[in-house]
Amino acid sequence: MTDMVEAREAAEVDEAIIRFAGDSGDGMQLTGDRFTNASALFGNDLSTLPEYPAEIRAPAGTLAGVSAFQVHISNHDITTPGDAPDVLVAMNPAALRSDLHTLVPGGTLIVNRDTFDERNLAKAGYDHNPLDGDDLAGYSVIEVAMTSITKDACKDLGVKPRDADRSKNFFALGLLSWMYSRPVEPTMDWIDAKFAGKDLVIGANKAAFNAGHAYGETAELGAQRVIVHAAPLSPGTYTNINGNTALSWGLVAASQLSGLPLYLGSYPITPATDILHELSKHKAFGVTTFQAEDEIAAVGAAIGASYGGSLAVTTTSGPGLALKGEAIGLAVSLELPLVVVNIQRGGPSTGLPTKTEAADLMMAMYGRHGESPMPVVAARTPSDCFDIAIEASRIALTYNTPVLLLSDGYLANGSEPWLLPDVEDLEPISVSHATEFNQTNEDGDGVFWPYLRDENLVRPIALPGTPDLMHRIGGIEKEDGSGNVSYDPDNHELMVHLRDQRIASIPVPDLRIEGDEDADLLVVGWGSTWGAITGAVRRIRTSGRKVASVHLTHLYPLPANLGDVLRSFERVLVPELNLGQLVRILRAEYLVDAEPLSKMKGQPFTAGEIQHAIGERLAELEGGRS
Amino acid sequence: MTDVLDPGTELDPDPVPETTRADWSSDQEVRWCPGCGDYSILTAMQLLMPELGVRREKTVFISGIGCAARFPYYMNTYGVHTIHGRAPAVATGLAMARPDLDVWVIGGDGDMLSIGGNHLIHALRRNVNLNILLFNNQIYGLTKGQFSPTSQKGKVTKSSPVGLVSRPFNPISVALGAEATFVARTHDMDRRHMQEMFRRAYEHEGSSFVEVLQNCNVFNDGVFATITKKDVREDMLIDLQHGKPILFGSEKQFGVARRPEGVVIVEVAEVGIEYILVHDETIRNPSTAFSLSRLAKTPSTPTPVGVFRAIDSGEFSTSVAAQIREVQAQLGRGDLATLLRSQPTWEV
Repeated sequence: MTDMVEAREAAEVDEAIIRFAGDSGDGMQLTGDRFTNASALFGNDLSTLPEYPAEIRAPAGTLAGVSAFQVHISNHDITTPGDAPDVLVAMNPAALRSDLHTLVPGGTLIVNRDTFDERNLAKAGYDHNPLDGDDLAGYSVIEVAMTSITKDACKDLGVKPRDADRSKNFFALGLLSWMYSRPVEPTMDWIDAKFAGKDLVIGANKAAFNAGHAYGETAELGAQRVIVHAAPLSPGTYTNINGNTALSWGLVAASQLSGLPLYLGSYPITPATDILHELSKHKAFGVTTFQAEDEIAAVGAAIGASYGGSLAVTTTSGPGLALKGEAIGLAVSLELPLVVVNIQRGGPSTGLPTKTEAADLMMAMYGRHGESPMPVVAARTPSDCFDIAIEASRIALTYNTPVLLLSDGYLANGSEPWLLPDVEDLEPISVSHATEFNQTNEDGDGVFWPYLRDENLVRPIALPGTPDLMHRIGGIEKEDGSGNVSYDPDNHELMVHLRDQRIASIPVPDLRIEGDEDADLLVVGWGSTWGAITGAVRRIRTSGRKVASVHLTHLYPLPANLGDVLRSFERVLVPELNLGQLVRILRAEYLVDAEPLSKMKGQPFTAGEIQHAIGERLAELEGGRS
Repeated sequence: MTDVLDPGTELDPDPVPETTRADWSSDQEVRWCPGCGDYSILTAMQLLMPELGVRREKTVFISGIGCAARFPYYMNTYGVHTIHGRAPAVATGLAMARPDLDVWVIGGDGDMLSIGGNHLIHALRRNVNLNILLFNNQIYGLTKGQFSPTSQKGKVTKSSPVGLVSRPFNPISVALGAEATFVARTHDMDRRHMQEMFRRAYEHEGSSFVEVLQNCNVFNDGVFATITKKDVREDMLIDLQHGKPILFGSEKQFGVARRPEGVVIVEVAEVGIEYILVHDETIRNPSTAFSLSRLAKTPSTPTPVGVFRAIDSGEFSTSVAAQIREVQAQLGRGDLATLLRSQPTWEV
């Protein structure tokens, strides 16, 4: 990076956590995103946590309208967006009031002084101005008149003051870019590309950015200037990726690997909609996207496309999954491949549409009537969403079954650097369809039996259009083999067992224990808790204490060695963003005294929270021995 | 890495073989109640198929739940008996994935106008290439006799023991309200008319909607007898014929004329033949067709049958596929390695 600012002026730190907070209309997500991208291109490891309200524009200046973006940058491998920010940028009083508690004691607070007027203070619920007096005594406060400086900077460009006001987030970005010695060029290039054709907007945003940058240099903020050097990541090509994009690309990859066209049936729902947006762009890959009239039609159309021979996917979030239950049961009965993606959010009902939670595990496992088993897999990081989408597709197409893929709002919108895989190394997905008779009838004629299973209990699929193999399938119970409608009691019991065994016997890789195999405490995770658990386990071990962890990518079927692993530890702790859903499964399946650690705040665990919980239990274990 | 197959594009090298009704009948025992109107609809379909010159393996019947929805089991084609109300949705996905197939959708009035009403209107709105047959018997049969969304006001059923208080849907009006591009009505007592309507539905590019008035002899016997019995048909069924004045009655003494409030039934002798409406199924504005659909509020007054509307309009699946082809023609086939590098990247 040629424009890497003179590093010798800046203090070197290993990592930094920055939180941008402002009104929904202040462009905080964009600001955070740009800071993140500049840091990614600079070579830091990073992890992000966007948090925004469900309303597109809650009343301006209110607590309900606060939108925040937290980014953790480091010179080493990190797994979470950080426990508490070192720097909080508060663009208005509401942002200060709602997010100040997140700031680390003694942290740096940067506020836009211009917004701290009587009206905005009242909207935020302040009866006085916190910038006056001792409210912020425990922090290093930098008050900047961001709005007026931005307006001044834009004055000569012919930008109206009201329009210039909209560029103040670029002032904040410029200031933070100076403070953290971020390269300037990527942001300038991005402004040029994003606002191409709108010269006034380009001019205003660049002027605001430069004013912020210059403010840092000239306002004697030298003491605050730091640099976080690049992290020693494995060699290769990287991109900064969020979970929903990675998941979309994973589905495209699965289509290429299987040779089947990709079909997405979907209905808009936060936080899954970005997958529909992303896949709609990829017609060059032969991707068909269908925005259906409702969630049920979305999964129904996907089942129809699967029956026709496509790699069929439906994407949704919790409320949508509830609506799709009956149709997924049909796919279980028809034994058709289908990938059902659930980007979990806070519930029940509408719940917290834009906030994360992982409380749909029970619904994924059991949310259909009857004995209706299907494989369940879960992504652990944003970039892992790519691999998990391929894995879900592979299971669906290999075993002719619907597969539930669980992600969540945190993974969907959070981002991290991703070492791009070599596409030549991705394993092809083998798909074969029946083209010949597989049975003889009483008259000695060849016939096709759609439920004549192979050694893995997988039924053959003959696509419509295949000559001579015409047959009918449906949701009514079918006779084993012929697939004809059957109400025979013994046949039903047999079919229930066959469906159960077929899914239960899908091979799943064994778990690998991370950390100390001889520790007394095992931490078990699934889904997006991986980052916080891994961070916590590293800290505990760095402090010289012993702890181990395992992570479940496959939630059904579970890895064959899970029972032995669980039983080889004295205590088992299971952090989950629910009230203990995996715990119930572990206790029921393995009769182990696994203990839940719950968080239901619409936010991911921090590593610190899990570190604390581990520490408590280790202390108890040690106390028990003494 | 393999090329993505396009399963719908291979060409048929061989001529379509000659078939008979037996070739289109599956080996499954038909399990409707003896005397059910569904038998005659099945026969009409099995006899029509050889005449259409289509392949059994390229024909798919998709159904929901209900008596009518058992239809696919009896056709020796591909078929899926899905779940209640969702047949149009499943069929839409299949038609989009496989434009090479003829997809038929079979359902009853409860299936397609109650639990699946949303899917029906949206399939019609999109104009997906589906042949949708709604068997209307104005009753829930498979659950043994509750009122349906087409049951007449006042109807006494097990779930309306002192009479139904809500008014019914008119299926033709619903379809025209969704601006369906092909809308027709027929009935289970006239095989040739059914076949003609099914053929027209098959030939239409886009969503075809055919209401089949069907007798449920167990739970709603004779509900259409007032208009479909042979001895009353001439006076009670108005046979819509494209390009011809709309006349009915044994002497063609009655006709349909346009009035400011909509179309009405008139005596030809009173108004003169020049005032009788000439039926034009190709008018793009659905208002006249809608007005015709309102002529009969119950099966007790003269009821139009035939094609209400048949217009050319862009078919959905082919339009979706055309967008994909256009993008591929512009950009070429997608390359995965390039996709993964489509955002800013950096080297370590």
